[in-house]
Amino acid sequence: MSREQTFTEAICEATHQLMEEDDSVFVMGLGVDDPKAILGSTKGLLDAFGPDRIFDTPLSEDAMTGVAIGAALAGRRPIHVHIRMDFLMLAMNQLINVAAKNHYMYGGQQYVPIVIRAMIGKSWGQGAQHSQALHSFFAHVPGIKVVMPTTPYDAKGCLVEAVSDDNPVVFIEHRLLHYQKGPVPQKLYRLDQGKARVVVPGSDVTLIGLSYMAIECFRAQKYLESKGVKAEVIDPVWLVPFDLDTIIKSVEKTGHLCVVDNGWTTCGFGAEIISQVIEKLQYKLHIKVHRMGFASVTCPTTTPLEDLFYPNARTIASSVYRLLKPEQSSWIPEEREDLKSVEFKGPF
Amino acid sequence: MNEQDKVGLGSLNELELYRLYESLYRIRRTEEKIADVYPTDKIKSPVHLSIGQEAVSVGVCEALEPGDYVFGTYRGHALYLAKGGDLKKMIAELYGKVTGCAKGKGGSMHLVDVANGVMGTSAVVATTIPNAVGYALGIKQQNRRNIVVSFFGDGAIEEGVFSESINFAVLKNLPIIFVCENNNYAIHSDIARRQSISEITDQVKPYGLPVRKIVDNDIFAIKNYVHSIATQIRQNNMGPVFVECMTYRWLEHVGPGSDFQLGYRSEDEAKKWMETDQLLRLQQYIKDEDRLQIEHAIDEEIEKAFEFAEQSPFPSEDELYTEIFKV
Repeated sequence: MSREQTFTEAICEATHQLMEEDDSVFVMGLGVDDPKAILGSTKGLLDAFGPDRIFDTPLSEDAMTGVAIGAALAGRRPIHVHIRMDFLMLAMNQLINVAAKNHYMYGGQQYVPIVIRAMIGKSWGQGAQHSQALHSFFAHVPGIKVVMPTTPYDAKGCLVEAVSDDNPVVFIEHRLLHYQKGPVPQKLYRLDQGKARVVVPGSDVTLIGLSYMAIECFRAQKYLESKGVKAEVIDPVWLVPFDLDTIIKSVEKTGHLCVVDNGWTTCGFGAEIISQVIEKLQYKLHIKVHRMGFASVTCPTTTPLEDLFYPNARTIASSVYRLLKPEQSSWIPEEREDLKSVEFKGPF
Repeated sequence: MNEQDKVGLGSLNELELYRLYESLYRIRRTEEKIADVYPTDKIKSPVHLSIGQEAVSVGVCEALEPGDYVFGTYRGHALYLAKGGDLKKMIAELYGKVTGCAKGKGGSMHLVDVANGVMGTSAVVATTIPNAVGYALGIKQQNRRNIVVSFFGDGAIEEGVFSESINFAVLKNLPIIFVCENNNYAIHSDIARRQSISEITDQVKPYGLPVRKIVDNDIFAIKNYVHSIATQIRQNNMGPVFVECMTYRWLEHVGPGSDFQLGYRSEDEAKKWMETDQLLRLQQYIKDEDRLQIEHAIDEEIEKAFEFAEQSPFPSEDELYTEIFKV
């Protein structure tokens, strides 16, 4: 039987192996060496590698991002960890004006191999400033790679690939995914960037879920089965570089595309995917599309409103059903115990 | 010869004096030529000229070793040249030519010459400060003995990232010198309208690092002080040092002309800085014969650099999509 690990264990093991393999890799960020070790994702690294290779930082996201970039220019490979993605707002100047631009702006004389690990919060009242998903911001700017793996297997392989890459990579983790368990090989392995994963094959509709929404899409696909709808669930994994081919192949087969973003829909990555697909297929195929994502409001903390804020397996299934069968009366499945969302409790 | 000059000249040998003069002269004439060419619109890039402020870059860089590194600002021509940046490539960059230091993709505000330790300049104030600090961290992690110098203006002091960077550099005892080129103005805004504590060194001192203010653009004082602290950082593992160099921009914030007609500063104020022009100051101590030889050689070098830029091709169309990512 293959070995199972949680998402955070997979991240931790990948980091450990990367640091063993390459002396230039180091980890920095607020709390990376504290007893909680970023939900365990940096556990044991201090003992193994010492305080020069993993260290706490001041609460200075702007400067510390600049420091990571500077160290990368000097030949180091920093992994800069943020326990919430919202804090990256304070680092935007360095990420957008420096990390993304230096290689191009300096005519190739410099490159910036940094990895930014950033976590998106959800549920238990994470609220306005602990729940934001900024992947579309980063994907908008040329020069930054963006990856948001869903499974522990992808988390390890993509982190290894990100740290080995010579460019800035924003590595996005969803807080709820940290609990997911799955098979993870012990050896160091890397997964190709820009490669989407077909989670479940299907023939009626292409259902794309970003990050945690891939899980909700997987559950939605189960609900849809009961209505005889075969959804092909795809997890893009990488947004930059983006695997359009896998999605085109799927939509050519299904003719229907529903993108469930783990973020707001307006100017979001879901819109980007749909535009790219339509541009490519519009003269070949009449396709039907639908976009889902966060409600276009600030994330509220109170549970009844928070529940409405996010798409979930049932609302996704319902929307997909309407997309496929607009002539039928609307349908929303009864919640199944085995397909319930796993919530979490706790300050982080 | 006044006392200050006597002390200054006494601190260096003839070769060092000649090097200072050469560097100052190269920068001054290059920028004057840029200003001359500017109306032809061959330089399609905003230029922030350093004329009047050259002594800071030259004084500091002449105190460094070739393997040291500098990070600078959009007013970066002087720093780039003082650190040994390639003149031809700089002019070609201003002309937008593929032979430029950034292949025509960076322009005047983003000069770079990694081989000579010019690690980049930024258009957004204070942006390269943490990069310089991070570079110093990288050097320290690799047990190299080089040092990093971070150049910025008085406006950068007001950016949050400045304080954040100083704090971290002191915390980690990094091999870096912070050089504030204080020319008193952020574009047209006087420093007194921007900063609550009038002395910059008073603002910085509480972070727990040595601070020094050099009040008169004195190139000897700048070089000597930086040389002494660079030596201590290299040999005694001393941490960061902050140096404020008072200086003066003669021309407008951006562009080739003067701007006294705007009324935000007076010609009177400028006069005392122009009278103590470090280029003229050094000129009197170089033998005429040597001086003419030096100047002639540099004039020719500059002519050739502009010819090189004129004759170089623009980047080909496929350059638009190269170097988005390192492959």
